[in-house]
Amino acid sequence: MYKILEKKIWSDEEPKIKEFVLDAPDIARAHQAGQFVILITDENGERIPLTVADKDVKKGTINILFQEVGKSTMCLGLLNEGDHIHHVVGPLGKPTHIEKFGTVVCVGGGIGIAPVHPIAQAMKEAGNKVISILGARSKDLLIYEGRMKKASHEIRVTTDDGSHGRHGFVTDELKAMIEEEKIPIDLVVVIGPPIMMKFVCKVTEPHKIETFASLNTIMVDGTGMCGACRVTVGGKTKFVCVDGPEFDGHQVDFEEMMMRQRQYLTEEKVAREECQKKTCLKG
Amino acid sequence: MSEAKETKGAAQTKAKAKPKRPKIPRQPMPEQDAHKRAKNFESVTLGYSEEQAVTEATRCIQCKKPFCIGGCPVSIDIPGFIQLVKDKEFLKAAQLVKETNLLPAVCGRVCPQEDQCEKLCVLSKKQDPVAIGRLERFVADYEAAHGEVPLPELPPKTGKKVAVIGAGPGGLTVAGDLIKEGHDVTIFEALHKAGGVLVYGIPEFRLPKAIVDREVDYLTRLGVELKLNYVIGKIRTIDQLMKEDGYDAVFIGSGAGLPWFMDIPGENLNGVFSANEYLTRNNLMKSFDFPNYDTPIKRFKNVAVIGGGNVAMDSVRTALRLGADNAYILYRRGRAEMPARKEEIDHAEHEGVQFKNLAAPVRILGNEDGWVTGLECLEMELGEPDSSGRRRPVPKKGSEFVLPMDAVIVAIGTSANPLIGQTTPDLKLNKWGYVEVENEETCRTSKKGVFAGGDIVTGAATVILAMGAGRNAAKQIQEYLETGSWWTPNGNA
Repeated sequence: MYKILEKKIWSDEEPKIKEFVLDAPDIARAHQAGQFVILITDENGERIPLTVADKDVKKGTINILFQEVGKSTMCLGLLNEGDHIHHVVGPLGKPTHIEKFGTVVCVGGGIGIAPVHPIAQAMKEAGNKVISILGARSKDLLIYEGRMKKASHEIRVTTDDGSHGRHGFVTDELKAMIEEEKIPIDLVVVIGPPIMMKFVCKVTEPHKIETFASLNTIMVDGTGMCGACRVTVGGKTKFVCVDGPEFDGHQVDFEEMMMRQRQYLTEEKVAREECQKKTCLKG
Repeated sequence: MSEAKETKGAAQTKAKAKPKRPKIPRQPMPEQDAHKRAKNFESVTLGYSEEQAVTEATRCIQCKKPFCIGGCPVSIDIPGFIQLVKDKEFLKAAQLVKETNLLPAVCGRVCPQEDQCEKLCVLSKKQDPVAIGRLERFVADYEAAHGEVPLPELPPKTGKKVAVIGAGPGGLTVAGDLIKEGHDVTIFEALHKAGGVLVYGIPEFRLPKAIVDREVDYLTRLGVELKLNYVIGKIRTIDQLMKEDGYDAVFIGSGAGLPWFMDIPGENLNGVFSANEYLTRNNLMKSFDFPNYDTPIKRFKNVAVIGGGNVAMDSVRTALRLGADNAYILYRRGRAEMPARKEEIDHAEHEGVQFKNLAAPVRILGNEDGWVTGLECLEMELGEPDSSGRRRPVPKKGSEFVLPMDAVIVAIGTSANPLIGQTTPDLKLNKWGYVEVENEETCRTSKKGVFAGGDIVTGAATVILAMGAGRNAAKQIQEYLETGSWWTPNGNA
């Protein structure tokens, strides 16, 4: 059992974005940037992979952020400070390859800003110049702006509706940085919706800028046993949970990945409806 | 039941012809009706009644030099416990079995006895061997239903600490053996439930999960500490366990790793699963009861399972139970070459599984949305025997055919899990990534104080072989903890 020490609601607009600070000292101690955890809300729950957004090794806590997009995350969101999550396993996946690259651009889209945060921190610590681009649909949905400011030398914000920062997508900002401002970029790290990662990779590819994309595929065990998370990278099948989650973005078959992400849409709808029927989501 | 009557009648006729020694036939296992059970997840076999068990036990001739024990990887006193069954001392029989086998209710159900103890039974020269496995299951189930076998008295604590990685059959055996020696034992399990393949792999209809829970509970009552959600190689390394956390010895029983796929076009289409994924969703996550359980599983009408082992049989029978109209086994050799237990193959067939033998998949076909629509196969014929001794399947030219299909489940084996190897630099792995041991008797790895056994050493095998490895490892760990000597072929380390 893992106790929820703090709860923060980032956005009350659907789908809601919430953050928990969990008491998980062993995980906090072992976690490195880029790694994720899997949590199970209760004994009937499914295994939900979520990236660690922040941690405090001294206090023995980890921060996880999630968007309420399905039954499992909605039920998770109903929990409050003092409640317990039945199972948390991690850290899982390979840590991000951290070294002094030079100038590193960290791109986070939507909820993807959360997992980019520890990577930006680690890149800055390793002596890189870190410029972060944060993208959200609107100002109210933007998370972690303050923390990203701290973790980076400079941040740039884009919103789809123009309510904050540049009116447009993260790709517009990145393109401007490369083509207009002519900032020499040694590495781009991108986390966000697959479609966004795909287009970020398309922006960097012609300029031969190395790009790490952290993939959030469907997983079951997350420990290298089931193969649900497989993706094609450079024509070869890879397993996100043990070979990733980060891959050379220019080699990832995003089309296939997005197709595989759609496998359980029908079931997700059924689960949501069943759940609403039982009014477990009244709160 | 009619089968039982018939065979009984036949025995009586024989008894008249040979009055000296009446031949009692091997008692048949009562089963749930095949058509009914193909639609539910309840136990297929129902177990012997007391009467059947005693009758079966009287068939054992109590050999002075019993060969059966030599066929058992954990050396159960088989004639001993069978004599106790004959004497209706069922609890004592269970106690005797438990002295050497921690998981009798499991082994009685899933061990391939026909290749082990029963194969060596003297009776099998002239008739059917004694149904040792069914009797083992009977005594274990009897014990569960009629009160507990008392906990054995444990010796005083030695102060030594043993870390067991993986709560599967191998790890549970090591833990059970070493807690009885007075050591402190901690099992680190990656999943949120203990049991390993017993909970994620073997379906409820073959091994009810309540049985596994009971066996695990017995261990924790003995004092074994169980740490769930603990992936060694990630949250802690073996070096940290030994240098910082004070463990004196480590057993690696991390089990099967990543599933093998066939490397044919279309394998990443939606509707293609590894058997591990399909079974894990269903068994560990209970997705057959979706949406009461949150993890979903697709219910397909036409399902092909590739492979001929026990995992393939478990997958195809699961597909049937999830409502498939056509559930196929596609196997590139013939039925005689299938590695699955004959009993499992027969059960699958009775339930309506269709066997497409001598067929190999060459391509999985899909539609625009990325879903499987068909499976293109090639007919095979059997050529000369290969390194496994089985006749090698050779493709017949121009024999391609397409089966309409909604799902393809790949059950052709697993490779080694890389997590421990990646973070334990001085642990020697072989070229396939399995942990190298001195030999399967000593279970010693290249790293002092670290032992390994089960699938992570041998590649995919059986529950009882993993338990046998666990038994060997426990003996060696005990010796190591007592003497501190780490003998290697190059001398003491």
